[in-house]
Amino acid sequence: MIKCENITKAYKTGEAEFEVLKQVSFEIKKGEFVAIIGPSGSGKSTLMHILGALDSPSSGKYFLDNQNILELSENQLAEVRSQKIGFVFQSFNLLSRATVLRNVQMPLIYDSKTPKDQRQQKAEQALNAVGLEKERWHHLSNQLSGGQMQRVAIARALVNEPDLILADEPTGNLDSKTGDIVLETFKELNKKKGHTIILITHERYVADHADRIIEIRDGRIISDKASNHDGLKIK
Amino acid sequence: MLFSDLLQETYFALSANKSRSVLTILGIVIGIGSVITMISIGQGAAKNIESNIESLGSNLLVVMPGSQRGIGTAVRGGMGSATTLTLADAQAIDDQVEYAEEVAPTTSSRKQVKTTQGTNTNTSIYGVDESYGRVKNITMEQGNFINNIQVRKVTKVAVVGPTTRDDLFGEGSNPIGQKIRIENLEFTIVGVTASKGGTGFGSSDDLIYIPISTIQRYLTGNDSVNNINIQVSEADLMTLAQDQITSLLLTRHKIADSLQADFNIMNQADILSTATSVTDTLTLLLGAIAGISLLVGGIGIMNMMLTTVTERTREIGLRKALGAKNNNISRQFLMESVALTFIGGVIGIIIGWLAAYAVTKFSGTTTSVTTFSILLAFGVSAAIGTIFGYYPARRAAKLNPIDALRYE
Repeated sequence: MIKCENITKAYKTGEAEFEVLKQVSFEIKKGEFVAIIGPSGSGKSTLMHILGALDSPSSGKYFLDNQNILELSENQLAEVRSQKIGFVFQSFNLLSRATVLRNVQMPLIYDSKTPKDQRQQKAEQALNAVGLEKERWHHLSNQLSGGQMQRVAIARALVNEPDLILADEPTGNLDSKTGDIVLETFKELNKKKGHTIILITHERYVADHADRIIEIRDGRIISDKASNHDGLKIK
Repeated sequence: MLFSDLLQETYFALSANKSRSVLTILGIVIGIGSVITMISIGQGAAKNIESNIESLGSNLLVVMPGSQRGIGTAVRGGMGSATTLTLADAQAIDDQVEYAEEVAPTTSSRKQVKTTQGTNTNTSIYGVDESYGRVKNITMEQGNFINNIQVRKVTKVAVVGPTTRDDLFGEGSNPIGQKIRIENLEFTIVGVTASKGGTGFGSSDDLIYIPISTIQRYLTGNDSVNNINIQVSEADLMTLAQDQITSLLLTRHKIADSLQADFNIMNQADILSTATSVTDTLTLLLGAIAGISLLVGGIGIMNMMLTTVTERTREIGLRKALGAKNNNISRQFLMESVALTFIGGVIGIIIGWLAAYAVTKFSGTTTSVTTFSILLAFGVSAAIGTIFGYYPARRAAKLNPIDALRYE
């Protein structure tokens, strides 16, 4: 489903050019649960932005569902994000003054394919999928705990039934116990509903939840192998 | 993105920051409100003047003496200095100009007037005949107006205006039959005119009418008249009548070149247009002053919108990540600023209207809120919302989603 060929991303700061990603190539198939792991500054966030059609590489090719993302205009990229990609962020990024249901429905207002009367139903399905208790649905999002907020954010990423869910350090702002719940949610979505999930993290323990781990360092892939879920066993 | 979604988002965004929204709206309310009030004062003044001029009589032409030309010299005297306009001219106009329905010559003079009780005043004395009352739509409060028999017999009778009556005999008294002295001549009061309104110099309430023959014989001592008021039968015939009168008087005064004419003919429409141009300038001036406060209100909107865009940078990034296109974002912010000015505009119109009403009620100045000024205020407020909201909205739409998401 995802195919990256020789992706390079360079930033110019004054005269000096700095390459964040160097000739990165890999493929991800539909239904995979992949973790991209690397220390800060390794280029993993930049890679996520490119995979999420928020940024374009300096050179190389990126195919999502056999579509070359580099050829698309800004509006077509927005369309791709709306139809095919769901984002989960480290800092949740919920609208604090809006209710849970309204937050989850937000991607649908930018999606002309979903009729207005189906939005509520879709949002409820997504919230059920992440296991958020029904009595919380009408709360304002700033009245929730961190774990609950991140599950709302995952529901928001799910609501459009995207092909790909991109999670950028989803447990970074959570304690380990609520982090585990969120990671379990991802695992369940992958195993039971067949969502393709890419998890970006700097923690080995978090990455071990995935089935495949791509390790990135200084803009290059240094390893790409199936996970043996080691970290989970130690715990 | 549906329009109803846009409205909903706008409602949430504006209600999320109530006090700021209210203050920004207040700026527009003051701007629009003052535009409505100021323009209503200007338009009220225009209406006032118009109705005043119309109350002087309808379809009116006034022949006035021009400047006198010395025989054989090129020196011209001042306007109105000629004394060549006479009663005979008035008679000729009456006889020979077919559209002249009423012809009313007048001669006026300013004199000291005394009563036997010792009160006195200085006022205008108008020598008129019966037709003057009809031309000028004069109505009587007490007694009768000057009639043609009195004119023919050169009687010493007087009709006083209500203000003059109040000055000489006390407010609301009945002076009919009382005597007044003008230059040691005794006049008997036969009537009091009804008030026409207006104050100050040239008021039609502060004057005395006497027969024209009397004023010519005893007070001015010559045959000339100050002006001839002519009522034309129909408004369409004003120009035609004016032309006929011009040629008639040129012939009578033996003047070949119309540029050398020793008289002027004023059309009521001319007077009206002169007065209207004055009030238009007044309206424009008042409107411009109010417009400045509207401009300040608009800058307030822009200020708020720029702050909002900065504050909600992360939200903008998030919306873009969730699939919002650039024009979804710019429309959302534009809608917010238009909503602010729209609400401000509606409240401003109501408040401006109330203020105009209060001005009329407490200061007596006539005001007039017209459909035009309401449409203008609406148009201007919508335009201000669009113009001052455009830049912040563009700025929001152009934000790079990655930078916006990282923004702290």
